[in-house]
Amino acid sequence: MQAQSLTGGFADAPVESARAFRAILEAMARPGTIRRVEGAAPPAPLSPAAGVALLVLADPTTPLFLAGAVDCPAVRDWVAFHIGAPLAGAEEAAFAVGTWADLQPVTRFRIGQPDYPDRSATLIVEADRLEADGPRLTGPGIREAARLSLPETAAFQANRALFPLGWDCILTCGDRLAALPRSTRLEDA
Amino acid sequence: MSDYNFAYLDEQTKRMIRRAILKGVAVPGYQVPFASREMPMPYGWGTGGVQVTAACLTPEDRLKVIDQGADDTTNAVSIRKFFQRTAGVAVTERTTEATVIQTRHRIPEQPLTEGQILVYQVPIPEPLRFLEPRETETRKMHELEEYGLMHVKLYEDIARHGQIATSYAYPVMVEGRYVMDPSPIPKFDNPKLSDNPAIQLFGAGREQRIYAVPPYTQVVSLDFEDHPFVASKADHDCDLCGAADSYLDEVITDDRGGRMFVCSDTDYCASRRAEGHVGRLGTDERAA
Repeated sequence: MQAQSLTGGFADAPVESARAFRAILEAMARPGTIRRVEGAAPPAPLSPAAGVALLVLADPTTPLFLAGAVDCPAVRDWVAFHIGAPLAGAEEAAFAVGTWADLQPVTRFRIGQPDYPDRSATLIVEADRLEADGPRLTGPGIREAARLSLPETAAFQANRALFPLGWDCILTCGDRLAALPRSTRLEDA
Repeated sequence: MSDYNFAYLDEQTKRMIRRAILKGVAVPGYQVPFASREMPMPYGWGTGGVQVTAACLTPEDRLKVIDQGADDTTNAVSIRKFFQRTAGVAVTERTTEATVIQTRHRIPEQPLTEGQILVYQVPIPEPLRFLEPRETETRKMHELEEYGLMHVKLYEDIARHGQIATSYAYPVMVEGRYVMDPSPIPKFDNPKLSDNPAIQLFGAGREQRIYAVPPYTQVVSLDFEDHPFVASKADHDCDLCGAADSYLDEVITDDRGGRMFVCSDTDYCASRRAEGHVGRLGTDERAA
């Protein structure tokens, strides 16, 4: 373990995680809106926003799947020291983090059970760009319609078709994040 | 500075509650089980709401707590003091100034706005519980969207009383999927649940459930075509502020049948009186 694994967590965890959770809650409750978060400095290639989401939500009780490039010693050590989440395969994971390409196929993630739809995965998708354009979003949390730059539409539409089952998504880019719960309906732009 | 962790709960517990809240937001109306903690107040005093509030509060928040609409009742005062002491947050009695509002059994009269969070205290989160006591069965009924029993209950009300006799905790359908207990708010408040700009979170401590209604979500009170839902209230105006559109409490004033009706929402009533509205038994308070 390198010494740099020991840095990059919250300086004041109770307060910083409270502010960050509020941003994630607002993002999840208002799909398409983009929020800025701060407090984490995880090792590359993990983005600060993805690091914040993991610090706020993941802990030793949540199996974590590191997909593709983020599954590297630096990130593993950082997660082990700051979060303590057990690393797991995609099928068992409560949280999965990686680029959209590295997370494929997304159909392998937990979608919950018909009587417990909450037992589903949350995907933290690292994106190159995150803007309010792209597919048209409607559904709970959206007044009329919103737009969000998503890596694709079909997979999210298929996920929505499973409602109330399905995984939920937090999209991260640098220090910004947005969210897309399974309840959101999508139409191509 | 207090010796408590920010907002009382430890970080591990808050992460667990926060995960449950996010899943609740993602599946509107579905009751997410969570590992409710013992809180330094008895069950029935809002332990679920307190845990949800604790998980959502930031130091910048301004907290309002109401009990049946009132800011100055025991339950509201003690929870407000609890968070002043353990989180050091600012508090207010004004609905418009609050960013987080914890409520027992009312939705404020003042329309809520984006950026506000309304946290409900819920005693029995399962709307089907008094029709079917077994959790295994009610869970299956939600899974299969089998809500016929609830309609039979409402129908029997009509057959027996000529109208739907449920006046509080009136069941609602969220986004056409889950039947949800809106907590024991009067059915007068039910229309405010739907299409609300604020985030609405529900916490049931003893029953260990969290659920949510995201902003701009469709919430429909269950009814029949020939017996449509009616948001009823006492057929009076407020005796202090004269409001005709707010939910009223009946107050017995003597032992000879004297009574008065006053707004249950104390902030709404006080703001109206400050603006010079006067009811039947009120006095003009603008000068005071």
